[in-house]
Amino acid sequence: MKALILVGGFGTRLRPLTLSMPKPLVDFANKPMILHQIEALVKAGVTDIVLAVNYKPEVMVAVLKKYEEKFGITITFSVESVPLGTAGPLALAREVLGKDDSPFFVLNADVTCEYPFEKMRDFHLAHGCEGTILATTVDEPSKYGVIVVHDETTAIDRFVEKPVEYVGNRINAGIYIFSPSILDRIELRPTSIEKEIFPVMAKDRELHTFDLEGFWMDVGQPKDFLTGTCLYLSSLAKRTPELLAPVTEEYVNGGNVLVHPTAKIGKGCKIGPNVTIGPNTIIGDGVCLQRCVLMDGTHVKDHAWVKNSIIGWHSSVGRWSRLDGVTVLGDDVHVAEGVYVNGASVLPHKSISSNVCEPGIVM
Amino acid sequence: MNKAVILVGGPSRATRFRPLSMHLPQPLFPVGGKPIIWHQIKALSAVKDLREIILIGFFEDYVFRSFLEKCQEEFPEITFKYLREYSQLGTAGGFFHFRDQILRGGPKNIFMLYTDICCSFPLNELLAQHERHGRLGTIMVTKVDRSSARLYGCVVVDNETKLAAHYVEKPETYVSDMASTGVFVFHQDIFRFMAQVMEQRANEFDQQRANESAYGRSVDEADESHDVNRLRLEQDVLRRMAADKKLSAYLCKGFWRQIKSAASAVPANGLYLQKALGENRSFLAEAKQDGPEIVGAVYIHPSAQIHPTARIGPNVSIHARVVIGPGVRVDDSIILDNVHIKDNAAVLHSIVGWDSRIGMWGRVEGSPITSSDDIDEVTHAGVKVNSICILGEDVQVKDEVFIRNSIVLPHKDLASNKHNEIIM
Repeated sequence: MKALILVGGFGTRLRPLTLSMPKPLVDFANKPMILHQIEALVKAGVTDIVLAVNYKPEVMVAVLKKYEEKFGITITFSVESVPLGTAGPLALAREVLGKDDSPFFVLNADVTCEYPFEKMRDFHLAHGCEGTILATTVDEPSKYGVIVVHDETTAIDRFVEKPVEYVGNRINAGIYIFSPSILDRIELRPTSIEKEIFPVMAKDRELHTFDLEGFWMDVGQPKDFLTGTCLYLSSLAKRTPELLAPVTEEYVNGGNVLVHPTAKIGKGCKIGPNVTIGPNTIIGDGVCLQRCVLMDGTHVKDHAWVKNSIIGWHSSVGRWSRLDGVTVLGDDVHVAEGVYVNGASVLPHKSISSNVCEPGIVM
Repeated sequence: MNKAVILVGGPSRATRFRPLSMHLPQPLFPVGGKPIIWHQIKALSAVKDLREIILIGFFEDYVFRSFLEKCQEEFPEITFKYLREYSQLGTAGGFFHFRDQILRGGPKNIFMLYTDICCSFPLNELLAQHERHGRLGTIMVTKVDRSSARLYGCVVVDNETKLAAHYVEKPETYVSDMASTGVFVFHQDIFRFMAQVMEQRANEFDQQRANESAYGRSVDEADESHDVNRLRLEQDVLRRMAADKKLSAYLCKGFWRQIKSAASAVPANGLYLQKALGENRSFLAEAKQDGPEIVGAVYIHPSAQIHPTARIGPNVSIHARVVIGPGVRVDDSIILDNVHIKDNAAVLHSIVGWDSRIGMWGRVEGSPITSSDDIDEVTHAGVKVNSICILGEDVQVKDEVFIRNSIVLPHKDLASNKHNEIIM
């Protein structure tokens, strides 16, 4: 089987992290975002993966080369010279996606969930139509495109973009499986799959919806990256709690704490809930961490307090410092001792020596 | 023989010192580890031939009793007395009212000090210059920023003769950058001069009253400047002394600042601790091998318990029975009696009131005062701006809660973060 991952551009929404690292390689729960998807695809029998990108950084080529070898699969980059939207990249990758009759997956690189690729495949083959959209339900559908199905079936009737009146709360989760015949509907030009292709397919009764179980999150920006991490950790706690730090551990507070085996944690800490501690991190004594992500090589010094924040690679937080309010430290940022940082997005290689009380960008 | 009078004011005078004056009269509030007024007494005790210190104010008699008993033990050569004013007589009115008691024993010179100041108090130098120039009185002045001169009583000084040629209280326009420090020394004849001022004023008022009643108008009795019994030091006495060429000025070269607002107790605390660094090192905490990390000038009461992993200073006073837990940071702050600060908490540029509690990873932080002027920074011009953070008596800050640039009145429980607020 085959899959296309829509990676797109520079990931500007996830800056300052993506200033130092291509978005698919940013660790999500201690594993590059794209690796979560590749592993799940491989498990569902996918052997050919196409990455639709606007640019092709060397570091990404090197990392994906490793994955090719590790999983025995073929990964190709499909580079768009002009952005082709969400459907155009399918036409550009026609050679791979259309090489046999088996269906192929299409997924947005920013989406995290418990990827149900095998179930989707079975469902898709069972209904025999051209496409299946993974759907998730949300509390407030008014800011999404809502899927409306024909009564008592899974066949999609129509889409209502940002509904004013409630028509349902099932929305497009950004993950699909298609039969290769869909390629006949798509030309090689900038095209939106949601607006231009799906409505026609629905009209032709060639489009079904498959309900996702469990959590779903678009983690394209820092605030959602943190929320997505919380959801993912909660899901881990249910499925594979052995991957998390045991709640019997003295420093664990409230569970959902993922600690890389190479991390060092000091005495008298209070960590959790919802904390990811990356490889080669050092956490001093008396540190309090909640709802935060620590990337590779970070150093949180004694008595610091960190909440609702992402600490980028090789950054440090000084003693008695306090980070809150979706603060994001880029690569190699150093927060001095006793400093309060609230909601700051700090660009790489900065040192912060005085309080940042109001949210903003530190250039 | 010399004497000194300290004008301690009264409970209604110290509203700007709230919420700290709700628990303790402002003159007894500790800065640099000792009551504000102790620093004045200590400086006076070093003046040659000074035999008596008299406190004049509106507080109840008992307020200063035990403090003065302690002073009596510490400074046995000096007699201490508290004289209570029963009616508001103006800043010099009480001093004049109690003239018989002050003059008893025939002191040659009488110092007069306001309480709400913090100063290096070079009183012997002041006295020496006063006697050298032989005028009726000498006002100690300090050089202030030209732009903030309008906040003070301003003195025009002749550099050669040290004559205070002109005195004006809080001028609207620039007159001089020499500000009155609230420290004076007078020859005993000052009372005769004051009596003349009183008499002259009474005559003027009689005249005015006669004129006005002739026109069918009555004088507003409540108006301070029209009250015959009141005597204001600045407007009524100093101004006239300057006009009569009876006033000298002595320029204080040490430190000086006002302690009118509660927030200004923090920089005053720092100034006195710095002073102790030079003069009275044994009063300050020393870094010990198994003790906490001490940075710069720090006072720690012997009964306080501080965990060895804590880091204290610079410019910190820690008072009786305070308990400071592991990994706590305290910087530029006053921690009053019986406060408990728990593990990993941080207190910066703040005053923590009596019996207060700060929970684990709690943070209490103010903005350091950078101006040398005493400005009410919290509600200045109706706009909230950065200030020292002040917790009143018995305030509970829960674990991990952050209180920043706020003033908290006594007996509050704080379970959520507060920024730039006054919490009733």
